[in-house]
Amino acid sequence: MQLITCPYCGPREEAEFHYGGQAHVPHPADPGSLSDEEWAHHLFFRDNPRGPFAERWVHALGCRRWFNAVRDTVSYRFHHIYRLDQARPETP
Amino acid sequence: MNALRLPAGGRIDRSTTYEFTFNGQRLTGHPGDTLASALLAHGIHRTGTSIKLGRPRGIAAAWAEDPNGLIQIEEPFPEPMLLATTVELTDGLTARGIPGQGRLADVPDSARYDARHSHADLLVIGAGPTGLCAALTAARAGARVVLVDEQSEAGGYLLGSTDRIDGGPALDWVAAATAELAGFADVLHLQRTTAFGHFDDGFVLALERRTDHLGTPTHVLGGETAPPHKSRQRVWRIRARHVLVAAGAHERPVVFSDNDRPGIMLAGGARTYLHRYGVLAGRDVVVFTTNDSAYAAAVDLADAGARVHAVVDARAATPAAWVQKCVRRGIPVRAGRLVTGTEGVERITAVAVAGERIPCDLLLVSGGWNPAVHLFSQAGGTLRYDGGLGAFVPGEERDGVSVAGGAAGVAELGGCLADGRRAAEGALGGLGFVPVDSPSPVAEAHVDGQPSLVLWRVADGDQRTQFVDLQRDATVADIACAIGAGMRTVEHVKRYTTIGTAHDQGKTSGVLASGIAAELLGRPVGELGTTTFRPPYTPVAFAALAGRDRGSLFDPERTTAVHAWHVARGAVWEDVGQWKRPRYYPLPGEDMEAAVLRECAAVRGGVGILDGSTLGKIDVQGPDAAEFLNRLYTNMIATLKVGSVRYGVMCGADGMVIDDGTVLRLAGDRFLVYTTTGGAAAVLEWMEEWLQTEWPDLRVYLTSVTEQWATFPVVGPRSRDVIGTVFPDVDVSNAAFPFMTWRDTVLGSNRSGHDASTPRSARGGRPAPDQDVPVRLARVSFSGELAYEVNVDSWYARAVWERLVAAGERHGITPYGTETMHVLRAEKAYPIVGQDTDGTVTPHDLGMSWAVSKKKPFFVGKRSFHRADNQRADRKQLVALLPVDRNLFLPEGSQVIEGPSVPEPPIPMLGHVTSSYRSAALERTFALALVKAGRTRIGETVHVPVAGALVPVEVAEPVVFDPEGARRDG
Ligand SMILES: [Zn+2]
Repeated sequence: MQLITCPYCGPREEAEFHYGGQAHVPHPADPGSLSDEEWAHHLFFRDNPRGPFAERWVHALGCRRWFNAVRDTVSYRFHHIYRLDQARPETP
Repeated sequence: MNALRLPAGGRIDRSTTYEFTFNGQRLTGHPGDTLASALLAHGIHRTGTSIKLGRPRGIAAAWAEDPNGLIQIEEPFPEPMLLATTVELTDGLTARGIPGQGRLADVPDSARYDARHSHADLLVIGAGPTGLCAALTAARAGARVVLVDEQSEAGGYLLGSTDRIDGGPALDWVAAATAELAGFADVLHLQRTTAFGHFDDGFVLALERRTDHLGTPTHVLGGETAPPHKSRQRVWRIRARHVLVAAGAHERPVVFSDNDRPGIMLAGGARTYLHRYGVLAGRDVVVFTTNDSAYAAAVDLADAGARVHAVVDARAATPAAWVQKCVRRGIPVRAGRLVTGTEGVERITAVAVAGERIPCDLLLVSGGWNPAVHLFSQAGGTLRYDGGLGAFVPGEERDGVSVAGGAAGVAELGGCLADGRRAAEGALGGLGFVPVDSPSPVAEAHVDGQPSLVLWRVADGDQRTQFVDLQRDATVADIACAIGAGMRTVEHVKRYTTIGTAHDQGKTSGVLASGIAAELLGRPVGELGTTTFRPPYTPVAFAALAGRDRGSLFDPERTTAVHAWHVARGAVWEDVGQWKRPRYYPLPGEDMEAAVLRECAAVRGGVGILDGSTLGKIDVQGPDAAEFLNRLYTNMIATLKVGSVRYGVMCGADGMVIDDGTVLRLAGDRFLVYTTTGGAAAVLEWMEEWLQTEWPDLRVYLTSVTEQWATFPVVGPRSRDVIGTVFPDVDVSNAAFPFMTWRDTVLGSNRSGHDASTPRSARGGRPAPDQDVPVRLARVSFSGELAYEVNVDSWYARAVWERLVAAGERHGITPYGTETMHVLRAEKAYPIVGQDTDGTVTPHDLGMSWAVSKKKPFFVGKRSFHRADNQRADRKQLVALLPVDRNLFLPEGSQVIEGPSVPEPPIPMLGHVTSSYRSAALERTFALALVKAGRTRIGETVHVPVAGALVPVEVAEPVVFDPEGARRDG
C-alpha cells in the first residue's frame, strides 16, 4: 500500500486515490474543428512510457481534489506532485 | 514419562504438567513447550505421511522453517496444516499428524479476529540479538519503535544456544534489554507476532497470536486466561518510516538419498530442543555438516548424554578447535566424507557414510545458513549470491529499508550485536534522531574455524529419493525432469516441480532447488538466482485477514430512513451497490412473480409508493452552475426555469451514456441533480473532474446530499388524491402543478412517529416536532403514471412516509419495490443505465435523440456523435421484444439471432436481451433488447434461444404501454 502525498492533505494511502490517466491532455477548445481521426486520437490514445510519466490523480476518498504527479511507471515512485495550476516540473 | 526430557535446563516450567493427545495417544508436556518439543520428549519424531508418496515424515526443525512436521489440531478448534514446531502446547490440546493435507472446520469459527494500525519511526522485525540491539539503540535516541518477533519470547537464536554476552548468559542480557524497552513509552514490543508481508513505503503486515497459548478456559491450570472478548489473532498494519529486517537465518539441509526419514533434523533445531526445551532429540546421533556450526550441536548433545557416533564433515579441512572438543568427548570426526543414504522406515536406524554403516536414531544435518531475506525481497529488494557464504544476501541498499545480522549474512553473535546497532544508527540519521552514547554489549570470543563448503546435494544413489521439497515430495529427479523438459530458469523449475509452493514457501527448499538446478544446468547459481519471495512469510488464516470485516460488516450496508418500516412490512431485499432496497413486499403465499404482478396492477390501477431515497443527489451551486450543467448534460439545462424539472442524460467524451436523472432548478444559481442509485459517487467525481481539470474558471460548488434527502415517489392515478390530502396547502391540479415542475410546501404539525423529547442539538437544528417540516414535491414520473415525488429531510422521513401511507389507505396505496419499478419503467422504455446500457450505447441508440440538444455549441460527448462509428445504420438500438408465446419469458442476457434455424458457426449475432419482465398491464411477457438496426426491424420476427429451443419474438416499438403518454397527467 503505497503512500501518495496529496498536495492538500499530505501523505495518505493509495486506496484513497483514483487514477486519472495522462496529465496535460486538455480537452480540445473546439472539438467540432477536429477531424474524426484527430478526435479519436484525443479520445483513445495516450502515452505509455517506461519511466517518468505525468499523470492526473484525485484524492477521491479525501478532499476530492485533483492534482498532477510525475510518477515512474517502473518503480512506481512519485518524483513530483504538483497542483493543477502549477507547471509540470522538469524531469530527466 | 518424558523419557528424553532432561531433568533441568531450558525455558519450560516443569512444575506444571499439561496433558495432551496426539494421534490418539495421551501424552504430557509443560508450559513453554511446543507441540514438537513435547512429542520429542516422548521420543516421537514421526507425525504423519507425505502428500504424494505416503512416506513417513517427522519433525525436521524447531520453528517455521520445518517443511515436514505437519499436524492438524482437533481441539479446542479444528485447524489444519499447522507445524508441530510452531504450535505452543496447551493443556487439553488434541492434535494428529496428517498425510500432507488437513481438513477445515465444518463449524463456524466463533473466535474474534481484529486489526490495528500502528505508526513508527523504526520497525524492527526480529527480537534476536540484532533486533534487540537495534531497538535499544533507536529507543534510547527517542524514536518511536515497534519491535515484532514471531516467537513466544525474545532472544531469537539465543534461546537455543549457550552463548554469553557481557560475561553472563546471553538470555540475561535479553531479559535486561526487553525490560529496558518496556520502560519506553514510545516502544511497542510484540512477541508471538509474525511480520508476514512487507509492502511499499514502510508498510508491513504482522499477525499477532494473542490467545491460543493461553489454552481454553476449561483447561487452564493457573496463570493467565484468555478473556472472551480478546481477539484470537490480530493483524497489525504497521507503517514505519524505516524498516529494519533482523529476521536471522534459516539453516539449510543437504540433499542426499532417503533424506526424508523421521529422525533426520537440522542440527540447529536439535540444539534448540536441547537448550530451550530440555529435550534430547535422540540418543544415538550422527552429525552431517558442511560448516562449523553443527559441531556445537554434536558437542552439546554429547554433553547432555547422547552418544554422538560421528561428525561427518564434507570438508577435507576440519576446524581444529572444534575437532579437539569432539576428540575430548570421544566423537569421531570423518573429514571429507558424505552421507550417501539412510535406513529405517518409521524412524532412521542407520546412515551410510562412504560404505560404512553407522547405526543411529538421529541424523543432524547442516548445509549452511540462508539469511531470512524474505521481507527484504518482498518489498522489492534484490539479492546477490555470496560465494563465501554459499547464500543469497541483500544485494542493494533501499530507501527506508535495511537488513542486519543473520538476515544480512552475519554469522557470529558479536557481529550481529554490532550490526544491529550500526543499522539502527544508520536509520536514525536519516530520520533526524541523534543516537546516544551507550556501551555496546560484548559477546564472548568466537571460535575460529574453517570456511563453509557449498554443498547442495550428495549425488550418489537414487535421485527419486533425494528430496528437495519434502512437503511437495519433490526430488532431484523432478528438477532433472524439469530441466530435461527445457526449463531454464528457477521460476520455471519451481512451477514445473512445485518446489517452494507448499505451506513453507520453500524456506529450506528454495535455495537448494536453485543450487541443484544450477549444478544440473552447469551454470553458476548466482546467475540463476532465486524465485521471487512473496507474502505471506508464513501462512495466515483468512479469518485473521478478514478480521471484523465479515458478515454484515464485510461491506457497509446503507439503509434508508424508512428501513425499519420495510423490514416490518416483510420486504425482500435487493442489494444496489451498498444499499439495501426493498425488491418487493410479498403478501402471505406470494412468490416474487405474484407479488410484482399485484404491485404493478396496484400502481397502474390506483396508487403505489416507492422508497427512492437511495437515488444520488448532488447540490450544485454557484454563479456558473447553469453553465456548468449545460456543458455536462446532453440537453439544455441553462434554460430551465426555477421551479421546473428536466430529465437529463450525461455522456462520456466518447458519447456513451454514463448516467441519467432529473435536474431541479432551485434558484438561478442552484440546482439539485438526481443521479442513479449506483452512479452517485461516480457522477460526483465526474463533475469534479471537469470542474477542476478543465473549467477551473467556473464558480461552482458540488455537495453530495444523498443521505440528507429522503425521496418517495407516490405513483398512480390516485396519487393526486393522496398528495392533496397530506399537503392541503398545495394546489395539486395539473394546471397549477404541471408535469416536470416542483413545489415547496410544509407538512403541518400533528405528525406522528417522532419523539418530541429529542433535544434540539440531536436534531441538528431541525424544526421541533410541533413545527412545520419543509417538504419538496416534484412531478416526475418513472412509470408513465401521474406521480408526485415527495422529498423531505431524512430526519422526518419515517413520519412523512407513514402519513402518506395512512392517507393512501382508502385508495389501497401499495408499497412497491425495485422490481415493480423496473417493470413499470420498462413498459415505458425508460432505460436503466448499466442494465440497458453497457458503455457502448449513445442516447440515440436508446431512442432519446430528443434529449440531445442540437442548439448547444458544446457539451461533453457532442463531438463523438459525429464519429463515423456512431453514425452506422446497424448500431444496436433499444427495442422491445414480444415473444410470440405470450407466456414465454426471455432470460435477460439471451442472444438475439435471425432464425428461424441456427446456422453454422460463427452465428451472426443481432444483439441481446437487456431487461425482461411480465407485464400486468399487457397480460403478457415482454423484454427490452439492444438489436442491430433494431428500429428498422420493428414488426419483424427474430429469434432467441431459450432453454435449448429457438423461440420467435416480434421486434416492437420500445414503449409497449400507453405510447401516447395519456396517463402522465392523471
Ligand atoms: Zn487531499
